Amino acid sequence: MSKAAVLVLGGRSDIGLAIAHRFAAAGHPILLAARRPERLADDAADLRLRHAVAVSLMDWDALDPVATEAMIAALDPLPGIAVCAVGLLGDQAQAEHDGAAAALVIRTNFEGPALAMGWLANRFEARGSGVLVGISSVAGERGRADNYVYGAAKAGFTAFLSGLRNRLARRGVQVVTVLPGFVQTRMVEGRALPPRLTATPQEVAAAVDRAVARGRDVVYVRPVWRVIMLVIRLIPERLFKRMRL
Amino acid sequence: MTVPPLRDARARLSGWGGVPQAAEYPVAAPRDAEDLRRLVGRGDMIARGNGRSYGDPALNRHRTVQMSGLGRMLAFDAGNGVIEAEAGVMLGDLIAALLPRGWFPAVTPGTRFVTLGGMIAADVHGKNHHRDGGMRETLRWIDVMGAQGTVRRTSPGEALFEWTVGGMGLTGVILRAGLRLRPVETGWMRQTTVAAPDLHAVIAALETDDAPYSVAWIDSLAAGADLGRGLVHLGAHARLRDLAPGMDRFPRARTGLSVPVMAPSWVLGRPLVRAFNRQIYRRGLAAPVSALRDWESYFYPLDRIGQWNRLYGRRGFVQFQCVLPEAAAVKGLTALLGASAAGGHPSSLAVLKKLGPEAGPFSFPMAGWTLALDLAMRDGTPALMDRLDAIAIDHGGRFYLAKDARLRAGTLTRSDPRAEAFRAMRQDQGLRAAFRSLQSERLEL
Ligand SMILES: Cc1cc2nc3c(=O)[nH]c(=O)nc-3n(C[C@H](O)[C@H](O)[C@H](O)COP(=O)(O)OP(=O)(O)OC[C@H]3O[C@@H](n4cnc5c(N)ncnc54)[C@H](O)[C@@H]3O)c2cc1C
Ligand SMILES: NC(=O)c1ccc[n+]([C@@H]2O[C@H](COP(=O)([O-])OP(=O)(O)OC[C@H]3O[C@@H](n4cnc5c(N)ncnc54)[C@H](OP(=O)(O)O)[C@@H]3O)[C@@H](O)[C@H]2O)c1
Repeated sequence: MSKAAVLVLGGRSDIGLAIAHRFAAAGHPILLAARRPERLADDAADLRLRHAVAVSLMDWDALDPVATEAMIAALDPLPGIAVCAVGLLGDQAQAEHDGAAAALVIRTNFEGPALAMGWLANRFEARGSGVLVGISSVAGERGRADNYVYGAAKAGFTAFLSGLRNRLARRGVQVVTVLPGFVQTRMVEGRALPPRLTATPQEVAAAVDRAVARGRDVVYVRPVWRVIMLVIRLIPERLFKRMRL
Repeated sequence: MTVPPLRDARARLSGWGGVPQAAEYPVAAPRDAEDLRRLVGRGDMIARGNGRSYGDPALNRHRTVQMSGLGRMLAFDAGNGVIEAEAGVMLGDLIAALLPRGWFPAVTPGTRFVTLGGMIAADVHGKNHHRDGGMRETLRWIDVMGAQGTVRRTSPGEALFEWTVGGMGLTGVILRAGLRLRPVETGWMRQTTVAAPDLHAVIAALETDDAPYSVAWIDSLAAGADLGRGLVHLGAHARLRDLAPGMDRFPRARTGLSVPVMAPSWVLGRPLVRAFNRQIYRRGLAAPVSALRDWESYFYPLDRIGQWNRLYGRRGFVQFQCVLPEAAAVKGLTALLGASAAGGHPSSLAVLKKLGPEAGPFSFPMAGWTLALDLAMRDGTPALMDRLDAIAIDHGGRFYLAKDARLRAGTLTRSDPRAEAFRAMRQDQGLRAAFRSLQSERLEL
């Protein structure tokens, strides 16, 4: 039996590509949706050569809601699994003074991914099967001075996914929220990250694979992050507001 | 759209032998030619593959450029077995993708955890060098990014190609290569093992048998009449008809164990090495004359033990590898093995192999015999290495830079007059400031 196709939105992201390789290695055909997808031609060739699966590229901009709806409506055949790895860390300091910069972070991490997952959810619901995987972030678990614009957008996305899951729980559609901590990718290039808390994109991919296979809802990458975030969430606001985390 | 700045990270790096000891280096990780061009533009860098060279050729204190992000396989022609791939592709991944289609690397070193770029830059030789030549012979073309950031496709016969293959990353960054694989009917090898009681017998066995692959493991602690005794392994790709029914035609690699923590330095001490070598020799004597082995255990026995380099503990180890020309080989090898056995520094691994003719202006191989000795780093090791250097030079030998961590510039020049031409070429082409490694600085290349 042939395996279900996997659609990766934000297919050029380090995490998204790692996920594509992981599923391709298991024999799933791959669709990568990204801006200027011609930049992914070599990655597509690599996926085909290594894993002997079909790979196609789609031109897609998460900031264009009309095009997003049309792209998803046109998917034929409809993939079995869809992963959203779109994101933009942005510059918090800039976002505090530059409305356009802040809006870009909010739209890229929340509006774009949420709308795409919403359209996909409708089609999966109509079919009665499918898996949606949203890559959100631990940054959405509590707002911090360092990155609350990004964090708030991720919180929005996390809540959106939680709502979708609730809506689709009895409709044969699985919704996975992935909450990575630090991941060694282009997004955080050059930052000094604590090695024990920093995962590779391949670890994220393995976590996604496991979550899909086991029907999980919310997964952290590296178990220690579950503990860290539990503690961070428990700190009373009175204290938290004075802390530098 | 804004281009992200591509910042350096800091990472703890060393060579495979752990000499020089691991330290922090600024590391950049390009994902495509555009990223790389920006890094080359900043000057003073060295490309790094998978860090399987033993010493310091893939380290630069200003910027070490990790090539794994340029690790895509681009096209494969099943008609002629030519693969086009980026330089960061790991050899093991190439095998995983192409062996099931009946193709195997035409030349391979003793580990599959090397990148194509590293194999090209060192112009690696395999157990078939005496028949097939080295990495150079498998290449159709390479794409090289020079100091100005321009990429040139270059082929055998052109100066850029000839200097880059075996040029240890010092002529530019290898971006892509087109290389030929060898068709194989199975993933199995027919191996014949001959136990040879002394050096003459080892050499005779390697000389007389024209097997496609050959190599000898020498018992480095055997002395006197036993000096140079060892096991000669001769191999050939098994044909389909060699397999018993039910055997997997193209077995996959098994994942190796790893040696999890740094071992205390006595682990590979003299008594243990002696026992180990004797054991290997005995096993060889008892072994069936001919056996089928899967490709992984035949070509990459050490890969199965994962991070075996850590067995040497924190001080690490060095490898001495030289090639001696035919004429003086027996005398020279006797002297080298004698010096290492007498030095009280057990070599845990000693490997002897016959090489085919020299090719290219700076590559290591030349017709003769190459001996590789792994030596744990102890107080007396540097002095012993100096003695070994002198013996090799006295017998017309030269040294393999992919294994080197401590050679002196003067010693290199004395051993190999081609070093001067390499230096002059680097000077003329304006490469000296752009591409540098700790090794190139030490050797004044
Ligand atoms: C267990 C073991 C067995 C081995 N057996 C053999 C053997 O049988 N025969 C043999 O010949 N060698 C052998 N070697 C040595 C090994 O093949 C070479 O050192 C090889 O160069 C390592 O490749 P790497 O990708 O790890 O490169 P690195 O060690 O990272 O780099 C080696 C050199 O290649 C350069 N380089 C790497 N990538 C590029 C690039 N893209 N562009 C330009 N320069 C580049 C670096 O600058 C450096 O000078 C062995 C090593 C080990 C650890
Ligand atoms: N790295 C971390 O530490 C970390 C931690 C937690 C969560 N995450 C999340 O993980 C996901 C993947 O990120 P990553 O770490 O792999 O970083 P990345 O490589 O920078 O990936 C982000 C991707 O988002 C894409 N993107 C941005 N705006 C887009 C748009 N308008 N339309 C289409 N695609 C757009 C980018 O495309 P272009 O290539 O075209 O720019 C890029 O490929 C993100 O959601 C991120 O927030 C990362």
